[in-house]
Amino acid sequence: MLKLLYFARLRESLGTDSEAVELAPSVRDVAGLMDWLRTRGGSWSEELAPGRTVRVSVNLEMAEATTPVRDGDEVALFPPVTGG
Amino acid sequence: MPVRVQAEDFDAGAEILALRRGNPKIGALASFIGLVRDVNNGEPVTGMTLEHYPGMTEKALENIVSEAQSRWDVLDALVIHRVGLLLPTDQIVLVVVSSAHRGDAFAACEFIMDYLKTRAPFWKKEQTAQGTRWVEARETDDRSAERWEKMSPASAAHRPR
Repeated sequence: MLKLLYFARLRESLGTDSEAVELAPSVRDVAGLMDWLRTRGGSWSEELAPGRTVRVSVNLEMAEATTPVRDGDEVALFPPVTGG
Repeated sequence: MPVRVQAEDFDAGAEILALRRGNPKIGALASFIGLVRDVNNGEPVTGMTLEHYPGMTEKALENIVSEAQSRWDVLDALVIHRVGLLLPTDQIVLVVVSSAHRGDAFAACEFIMDYLKTRAPFWKKEQTAQGTRWVEARETDDRSAERWEKMSPASAAHRPR
């Protein structure tokens, strides 16, 4: 299982702050995970559209499209940060 | 612990005193306080809610402080960032850096703030007369952080003393 977390605007527009998902065998990295989540359609394909800026962390570290995603990981999706 | 995320307000004077007390190696101390303004992009703001990613926030802030310590001669550093509902004039963030000389203290303090603004998982949601809205990230913040990336740690260490 993969733990998925959503923050800020994404949490609101997707209507959930977390979920546990069974990873599709095709998902090996962050880019693959995003492609897979987009297939859910609706606000998922809108919010995660390639033109939208979505930041991703894997196991509490900022990730890139090529960062590997494995069973048991904690992956978070969120907009660019605005603290300080 | 040099990093704290909390809903409560902080007393900068007390924090600075605790950080410098009894350490005669400190010759310079730089601090920064970020505050809630009552206006953003020309529109009145009545308050804001700070959301964060517990666990990652602390880790990201610790990494930023470690990076500052590797680039400059930092004796001690402290970051306090508030979360939850904040009102205009409220304090949001405190950064304190102590060093032997001011160049290192100034640079490390500014570096920590620039990296915090672009790398620590906090999000602001503003309240206005029209309702609430998520604050958009600023490109100027990205550029402020990027200028440190172009600066090698070696050249960064040779700031005026």
